[in-house]
Amino acid sequence: MDHFPTNWGNPRNEDGESYNTYPMASNKVPQGVQQIAGYGHASGHPTTHTQSPVVTGTSVLGLKFKDGVLMAADNLASYGSLARFRDVERLHKVSDFTVIGASGDISDFQYVKHLLDAQMIKEYNADDGHSLATPHVFEYLWRIMYNRRSKMNPLWNTFVLGGVHKGENFLGAIDLKGTPYQSPSIATGFGSHLATPMLRKALDNAGGSENLTREEAEKLLVECMKVCWLRDARSSFKYQIAAITSQGVSISEPHDLRPLTYWEHGRDVRGYGA
Amino acid sequence: MSSIGTGYDVSVSTYSPDGRVFQVEYAGKAVENSGTAIGLRVKDGVVLAVEKLIQSKLLVPGSNRRIQSVDRHIGIATAGLLADGRHIVKRAREESQGWRDIYKQPIDGPNIASRVGDYIAAYTLYSSVRPFGVSTIIGAMDKTGPKLYMIEPSGLYWGYHGIAIGKGRQVAKTEIEKLNLAEMTCREAVKHAARIIYEVHDDAKDKEFELELSWVCEESGGFHQMVPKDLVEEAEQLAKAVDDDDMDDD
Repeated sequence: MDHFPTNWGNPRNEDGESYNTYPMASNKVPQGVQQIAGYGHASGHPTTHTQSPVVTGTSVLGLKFKDGVLMAADNLASYGSLARFRDVERLHKVSDFTVIGASGDISDFQYVKHLLDAQMIKEYNADDGHSLATPHVFEYLWRIMYNRRSKMNPLWNTFVLGGVHKGENFLGAIDLKGTPYQSPSIATGFGSHLATPMLRKALDNAGGSENLTREEAEKLLVECMKVCWLRDARSSFKYQIAAITSQGVSISEPHDLRPLTYWEHGRDVRGYGA
Repeated sequence: MSSIGTGYDVSVSTYSPDGRVFQVEYAGKAVENSGTAIGLRVKDGVVLAVEKLIQSKLLVPGSNRRIQSVDRHIGIATAGLLADGRHIVKRAREESQGWRDIYKQPIDGPNIASRVGDYIAAYTLYSSVRPFGVSTIIGAMDKTGPKLYMIEPSGLYWGYHGIAIGKGRQVAKTEIEKLNLAEMTCREAVKHAARIIYEVHDDAKDKEFELELSWVCEESGGFHQMVPKDLVEEAEQLAKAVDDDDMDDD
């Protein structure tokens, strides 16, 4: 909209734009050059990249146990500090024995899900008796993330990948810089501060993930999710748990953390506006 | 043939005086000489079957597949030039993934048929290209159920209850017409498909063949896949038994 009444009714000036932001001379590409990476486009518009995530998911937890891998994430997608979408699934089945969990930008996660799906269909069509297993998907994801960070335009996520391949349990994470990391326990986001110590302590006490039963592992993860909900202001009480074993993948219906917590302390508190 | 020597049969961009495009008809001949392929659309899915003639005993069994997956829920069987068939499948896969990239959902039957049909038709329009020497059978399961299409080298396509292309198409089609496809399950259709392929196979002219059988149905979870081994063996045994009986009658 042109806000200068003197211009109203006259032909538009095609060279300029009313807010004086266009064309941006400093970012203009020299004549005869199509495009210079990171420099700008022929249009005069500067190249822009994601500088920060928009709609985000918080922590994802992963834990190996005797017969497989467990993962947990809540169902919240925040818009800044606003709890914007409360029924988002952040654990996604990639294949029969692989689950991806995402913290960070939800739309980037949706894009990555699409990339993975395309890759899995390609494998399916080949019909050669092979399929991409968790370590292969991990490698692929790593390349995607590293490639994007090298373009100075990262996908703003930390992904957790859990699965079972050739009788071995796999648990790994990749961050927005393309850093791969594998461990018997993984927690992303705020969870890396809140849950990691709990998970590592429990693994130490058990003497390794191979001594952890599914029941113990699940109980531990729920306890971690509870702490995350209580201490992480971007978390939700609604969460899901995924289990990957040699039997395949199962992702639970959403569970509720509220019955496990106690809030009566606050009843008699005065002050803080109450 | 009236077309030869008249000069109207060298390009797809020239009509003959009576309105035909001979190059497209020649492409049809390439299909007619190929091993038979059939498609059956039944109650709960689609079954595809191919009589894959073995060019050489030195070939590894199972090579040169003529039934291929295009997406999880779509399968294609071709008859005609093998390499052209592979090209069509490649294109169909691109269309299918392209649809997913834009609409974020699997492509349905009518749309994949239309996309592949348009592509094949485009190769009948320019003097710089040659029409595809294949007829293409597309089997799919989408939101509204099982779908079956056949595309001719001209690009013409229709949806079918049952279809046969290649050498044995005439006999196969009369056999298919006898079937009650609307009431049939895929499990039954597999046996009929195998039987028909064995029936139309000409032992005298063509020696060896491999039977390719695939389905997209409820039993396969809406996935297009080769029919499980045990079922194929059962169907093949039945087919052989029926075929031998027919021989005795003759």
